[in-house]
Amino acid sequence: MQATPPGAAPAPPPAQDEFVPISELPANEQLPAAPLLIAAYAVVWIVLAVYVWTLWKRFWRAEQDLKSLASRLPQSR
Amino acid sequence: MLQRSFVFLLIAGFALVTSAPLLIAAAPYESTMGLIQKIFYFHVPSWIAMFTAIAVCGVASARYLLTRARTSDRLALSAAELAVVFGLIGLLTGPLWGRKAWGVYWQWDAKLTTALVLWLIFVAYNLLRRFGGPGSERLAAGVAIFGLANVPFVYWSAHIWRTVHPKTSVVMTLGPGMRPAFYWSAFAYLLIFGALLAARVRLEALRASIDDAYLSAEDL
Repeated sequence: MQATPPGAAPAPPPAQDEFVPISELPANEQLPAAPLLIAAYAVVWIVLAVYVWTLWKRFWRAEQDLKSLASRLPQSR
Repeated sequence: MLQRSFVFLLIAGFALVTSAPLLIAAAPYESTMGLIQKIFYFHVPSWIAMFTAIAVCGVASARYLLTRARTSDRLALSAAELAVVFGLIGLLTGPLWGRKAWGVYWQWDAKLTTALVLWLIFVAYNLLRRFGGPGSERLAAGVAIFGLANVPFVYWSAHIWRTVHPKTSVVMTLGPGMRPAFYWSAFAYLLIFGALLAARVRLEALRASIDDAYLSAEDL
């Protein structure tokens, strides 16, 4: 076998020639499910909380408009 | 401000979503996917809520085009916004499941692509309403009906085309231990959807009455 010349790319790993069931993968190649599950649950809460907050903010603005309108009405009479 | 009934429904919905993980944790593990399958309990109900929002938006838009009733337009606008919210949850939770199940977050296959396009249609609806100016409500109503017509393609895409996404019939084949968690979660999402829709319609009605009051104040 020839030695890799300095600066050259390392040789690719040998081709996979058989099927490996996912349950038999080495631990360092398995993707843990719990962080993904927790992230999905967090997404639900974050999206809903942000939406409720924007809704509350828009209600607050509408109420301010209503107050400003109420204060203008006696002046226009 | 938010009426008591909306607040009650919202609290009830959030309470159900909070308690859902207890049922989800108690539900049995799916044999091939294991723990990651439990994302299903948040992911599928978000699409159920989105399809409900689209149905409400599409029907209200059609009614608006026929009758020009402002109440229908307000309902359509409110439902379109919620379609984007629940669609966003579906589009974010699905790839988290896909990362584990398929090894990638996203695949440009029929199911995922049609779902993304459907969501974009309702993003377009909301942009049109926000920046379209006077008269945009009629054009937006047409967009909503087009979006509603797309729903069957998204729903049956996994059956019609070859796709990596599980078929929708998986819901009917759930094991007895999985059903309570799924139906509880779906009910919680629909309750939140109903409460948010009622609050959003109320906001739109409030804005309309403020606009009318401004116009009448200018006439004085």
